[in-house]
Amino acid sequence: MSRSLDSLLPALVGLAGLAAWEAAVRIADIPPYELPAPSAIALELVTDGDLLGRALLFTLATTALALAAAVLGAGALAIMFAQSRLLERSLFPYAIVLQVTPIVAVAPLIIIWVDNTLVALLICAWIVAFFPILSNTLIGLKSTDRNLVALFKIYGASRWQELRLLRLPSAMPFFLAGLRISGGLSLIGAVVAEFVAGAGGRESGLAYRILEAGYRLEMPRMFAALFLISAVGVAIYLSLAALSDRLLRHWHESATRDEE
Amino acid sequence: MPPIVSLKDISKRFANGTEAVGGVSLAIRRGDFTSLLGPSGCGKSTVLRLIAGLTPPSGGTVAWTDARASGGRPLGFVFQEPTLMPWARVLDNVLLPLRLAGARGPKAENQARAALARVGLEGFERSFPRQLSGGMKMRVSIARAVVTTPLLLLMDEPFAALDEITRLKLNDDLLALWRQQGFGAVFVTHSVFESVYLSNRILVMSPRPGRIAADFEIDAPYPRGAEFRLSPEYASHCAAVSAALAQAMAA
Repeated sequence: MSRSLDSLLPALVGLAGLAAWEAAVRIADIPPYELPAPSAIALELVTDGDLLGRALLFTLATTALALAAAVLGAGALAIMFAQSRLLERSLFPYAIVLQVTPIVAVAPLIIIWVDNTLVALLICAWIVAFFPILSNTLIGLKSTDRNLVALFKIYGASRWQELRLLRLPSAMPFFLAGLRISGGLSLIGAVVAEFVAGAGGRESGLAYRILEAGYRLEMPRMFAALFLISAVGVAIYLSLAALSDRLLRHWHESATRDEE
Repeated sequence: MPPIVSLKDISKRFANGTEAVGGVSLAIRRGDFTSLLGPSGCGKSTVLRLIAGLTPPSGGTVAWTDARASGGRPLGFVFQEPTLMPWARVLDNVLLPLRLAGARGPKAENQARAALARVGLEGFERSFPRQLSGGMKMRVSIARAVVTTPLLLLMDEPFAALDEITRLKLNDDLLALWRQQGFGAVFVTHSVFESVYLSNRILVMSPRPGRIAADFEIDAPYPRGAEFRLSPEYASHCAAVSAALAQAMAA
């Protein structure tokens, strides 16, 4: 009951908002280059479906690849840091430097240095996305129950056994929390990089279409691309939340339900 | 009977300078149920961790008689909390010591099932720890500790967090398990009544630094039951141990 209400209420609010927007545009007779009506945006999504679809795929691919690379890279780094205090102390500060430097400031350099647009965008998105996974997973790997660690020691577990059977599973909720943040960030990273690349005339995904439509005052297309970016963001969030729920539902408080 | 493990003049000083244990010598024999009794902070848990090899002694030696002891130690350990892996099913939690020793397949699984049956948990193999009560989690923890048929079972106040009814039941079940499997048991507790009921030997420890202040033999025969708790013999043992404990704390 309350669950169906959970999706019904926001849907109603959204529909009401769209209706008010449509009505306002029609009544006040606002020209489409200032504010297009939702119907005009929807029409644009259909008529320019091909172009926008290709842009959508490009942005989606960049985001997904960057997130996958962030999972692999940050996961591996976190495991290495957890195994070696020396490595962590020498390298972690640079991870922080990379994290706190605004990507807009670095992106032009990367785009100049790297010829392949996709690779350049991937690097930018990766830089933005890897840190939450790294720092969360690292904390997770280090917050293993001390008594369980002692138990593994008593039974003479190897480092590999301890990592695989104990540290990785107990870091899983932390990793998944980082993954949710990184999912959104990898999209932001990809979009920012597309803008920077687009400003230099390199064609890419949805953000490039927004930039282009802005130059040409094609507001419906701009809004349509914007809508698609939001949709990608929501889709990423929902699928990562579902993944996290699925992996943790048997044991972690964040995902278990009371009525079992 | 030769001891399973002997501690000779063991002392332990932590990095912060605290002297937790100062000169403890004791021998744990096979078939003994030994309680380490003392107030909190008297170093009794530290003695347990020293026996388990979880922390090295600052002085003295821990000597194992059995040859098996040179490799993986033939011991089980039960912590104050159940200390189960929350992501693993009950059966997998009990299988853990066997898996870590490289045993797998149906033989190991049957061993784990048998251990669960011995603590009265058949039918809960597929459950997750969070679905169990505190007492049942502790039973899983005990099953895991005995699944390797250890020579020595070390227990660090395992029932301290449980309610009275559950604790009394677990006391009886633990004694039954001990008589059945014949391991040496070392049981850390701060309850005089619990130690007298369970043990045939009680070592009373004095705090800061931890030393053995008194050594009691409780020669009442096993199996012990509810009537033992009501017997004058039980009361007089409790009185003597309590007096020794009070003296150790005053010293």
